Amino acid sequence: MKFTLKVWRQEGPTAKGRFETYEAPNISEEMSFLEVLDVVNESLIREGKEPVHFDHDCREGICGSCGMMINGQAHGPQRGTATCQLHMRKFDDGATIVVEPWRAASFPIVRDLVVNRSAFDRIIEAGGFVSVNTGSAPEANMLPVPKQVADAAMDAAQCIGCGACVAACPNGAAQLFTSAKLQHLNLLPQGQSERWQRTESMVETMEEYFGTCTNHGECETACPKNISIDFIAYMNRDYIKAKTVNRKLSGQGLG
Amino acid sequence: MVTLDSNIPEGPVDEKWANHQFHMRLVNPANKRRFTVIVVGTGLAGASAAATLAELGYNVKAFTFHDSPRRAHSIAAQGGINAAKNYQNDGDSAQRLFYDTVKGGDFRSREANVYRLAQLSVNIIDQCVAQGVPFAREYSGLLENRSFGGVQVSRTFYARGQTGQQLLLGAYSALMRQVALGAVELHPRTEMLDLVVEDGRAVGIITRDLITGEVASHAGHAVILATGGYGNVYYLSTNAKKSNTTAIWRAHKRGALFANPCYTQIHPTCIPAGDEFQSKLTLMSESLRNDGRIWVPKDQNDTRPAHQIPEEDRDYYLERRYPSYGNLVPRDVASRAAKREVDEGRGVGPKKNGVYLDFTDAINRLGRDVIEERYGNLFEMYERITGDDPYEMPMRIYPAIHYTMGGLWVDYNLQSNIAGLFVGGEANFSDHGANRLGASALMQGLADGYFVLPATVGDYLAGQLGKPLTSTDSECFQSARASVEEQTRRFLAIGGTRSPDDFHRELGKIVWDHIGMERDAAGLEHAISEIRALREEYYRDLRVLGTGDTLNDSLEKAFRVADFFELAELMARDALHREESCGGHFRVEHQTPDGEAARDDEHFSYVGAWEWNGPDAPQTLHKEELTFENVHLATRSYA
Repeated sequence: MKFTLKVWRQEGPTAKGRFETYEAPNISEEMSFLEVLDVVNESLIREGKEPVHFDHDCREGICGSCGMMINGQAHGPQRGTATCQLHMRKFDDGATIVVEPWRAASFPIVRDLVVNRSAFDRIIEAGGFVSVNTGSAPEANMLPVPKQVADAAMDAAQCIGCGACVAACPNGAAQLFTSAKLQHLNLLPQGQSERWQRTESMVETMEEYFGTCTNHGECETACPKNISIDFIAYMNRDYIKAKTVNRKLSGQGLG
Repeated sequence: MVTLDSNIPEGPVDEKWANHQFHMRLVNPANKRRFTVIVVGTGLAGASAAATLAELGYNVKAFTFHDSPRRAHSIAAQGGINAAKNYQNDGDSAQRLFYDTVKGGDFRSREANVYRLAQLSVNIIDQCVAQGVPFAREYSGLLENRSFGGVQVSRTFYARGQTGQQLLLGAYSALMRQVALGAVELHPRTEMLDLVVEDGRAVGIITRDLITGEVASHAGHAVILATGGYGNVYYLSTNAKKSNTTAIWRAHKRGALFANPCYTQIHPTCIPAGDEFQSKLTLMSESLRNDGRIWVPKDQNDTRPAHQIPEEDRDYYLERRYPSYGNLVPRDVASRAAKREVDEGRGVGPKKNGVYLDFTDAINRLGRDVIEERYGNLFEMYERITGDDPYEMPMRIYPAIHYTMGGLWVDYNLQSNIAGLFVGGEANFSDHGANRLGASALMQGLADGYFVLPATVGDYLAGQLGKPLTSTDSECFQSARASVEEQTRRFLAIGGTRSPDDFHRELGKIVWDHIGMERDAAGLEHAISEIRALREEYYRDLRVLGTGDTLNDSLEKAFRVADFFELAELMARDALHREESCGGHFRVEHQTPDGEAARDDEHFSYVGAWEWNGPDAPQTLHKEELTFENVHLATRSYA
């Protein structure tokens, strides 16, 4: 197979970017999309040009490092698939493929296709945990968790934090990420003690950094783990309730 | 002069850790604030250690080369984590987990460490459940278990096929809680490039900011390295692309001994290599061997598709050769058996480089839904990569490099021979001997990080009370920083023709061909001379474009590949000196008549720890004799 790649190049956060066109001949359909970029980079280095920078690591679709807009779609055309797991058999031979970094103001470009997603870490810091110090845990089977609950929590918990949901959203909103992180813990009995504070704090931190959700649903389509937007509905419900519960608690001096 | 004292506490093996904890010195809460601990790496061991030390009240500085501490390669562990809870009432206990681990490691691990690991395994599950890790549950709401290789009980806890991810996210959440509280200073996209040692004590590290290129000094009262394994020395491995040996190798060059570098684990169930552009190998969890049956056609010329080959023409070779463990023999045994089938021409697939892992029986017995629930994400991953549907066609698998049992030498306290330098997780050599059992890496990483290091580092710090941090303007910091800056300039100035990846791929092939699943003296000698020749070419013909003051992928790789060259040579030397076969180290010259590993306990029942003597002199070997008082040394048998 052979492809023409139009790749966004940008030297640094404040530099002016541009598209560069690279040919990728002799591509096997067995290759992953990132392996095609590897091949392009090797030939760029041979020509004395700096390679295209992109984040990647595990190449198994689980670390969440990689991610780019491929023909305008976050992670490319295959549903439920991170860029590293996307293989060239999903493309037509001879196609021109446009490759851009995640498009979102809250993910500033670092270089080429690399962006800064640290705003996600700020949301987790705001409450994405159960406050349990090492050593203080009770015997694990003291707290049965109904299988359906554990399964639903796992559906949310498998978010890989890649940022595709934000990149796909016309508003640059992070509702899918935040709701997945939030509902993983809010569904479980272990997460109940801090449920309302966690909800208010994470949602409001999210709003400091990201745009507003207007129910486009693009996030769900782009998510490499097929996380459902139902979690956003649960989050919104919890958020409304959190506003009253937290006020009531603080009125009693418990906040 | 290096002395190896394992510092194993007195007393019966099951009381050692409790006794030791009682005798360890404590640091009072007000004094904890006076200490700074550096933690390099934020995988399971690093994130859990950083979070726990911060909870205790120490100042922690955590470093990761990733953009977020949630991305370390622990995240890719699929199958599960072992713990001796005996929830299944099937005869498990700490004693049995200890025994299985020592035996699985082919009697090349330290008994006291392994026993402690088995004891702590139950606390890990408690901790993770309390954090909200969504482990698989029975309909009762209680925790579910599965079986793993090398073991006859069900003691593996799991979260679908993403156990490592869920455990790491648990540790990451605990870490981020401490970051929010200001107890941990987090340094993402920052790579450690040197260890700073003063008067035999670790006093800090030198780092490079991967975005700005700034080389910086960080002082600490203690340094913990939890930077993972070195499997990427093979280039193609199941490790993440950035996993590397640099942090531990730089520590080695500053005096830390490197133990058992030749003990590398080949994982039996990976997707076979495809084309020459392949960038990494993908693991399919060992848990699949619970329900999948491994076979090859009896006739090497059989070209029929798998499902058309009738039962009588199939050889379920593991079930035939090892009837009591069957498809669940340990990884080293399963890997060599697959290699034998492929070498003898019975491999399957277009390149005849794999064996079948077949789920037909399990699907017929349990139904597709059950298999999908257990392994759905793995089947999907396989389908994406190969284009084949494993519900219809058996998977094709072949062994690949997966884990490295070797690493920096540490004593019972996980302290290296350099005072104040502690090493946790895959980066140390400690608990798995010559072969690691499945679902034990997560257990070890978390035991080290949540429970062992926070106690033993405290004991060390208690002796440092009143000692100020070493100034980063002092000579030891300045010279280390200068050497990193000098190396940066050197790489950028070579101006050759070949990229770091190009060299790395060639190095990896040498290492795989000669220090891979089977080793022999002639091949190892050959490897040493080839590695040296290629290393010389590396410093002559490397091409690193761009500058040192921006994000520069090639420059990052140049540092890592340089260290892989030196490590590869040491691996070959270690493999050459170890004239026996044990676990993942299989010397062709030392095998039983039926092709199993032939151990030599009389001469090689020791940990081989190597001391750096400079770039042009071979390392010196130091030995820590292993004594077995609780497990009877025996030839492993899984038949």
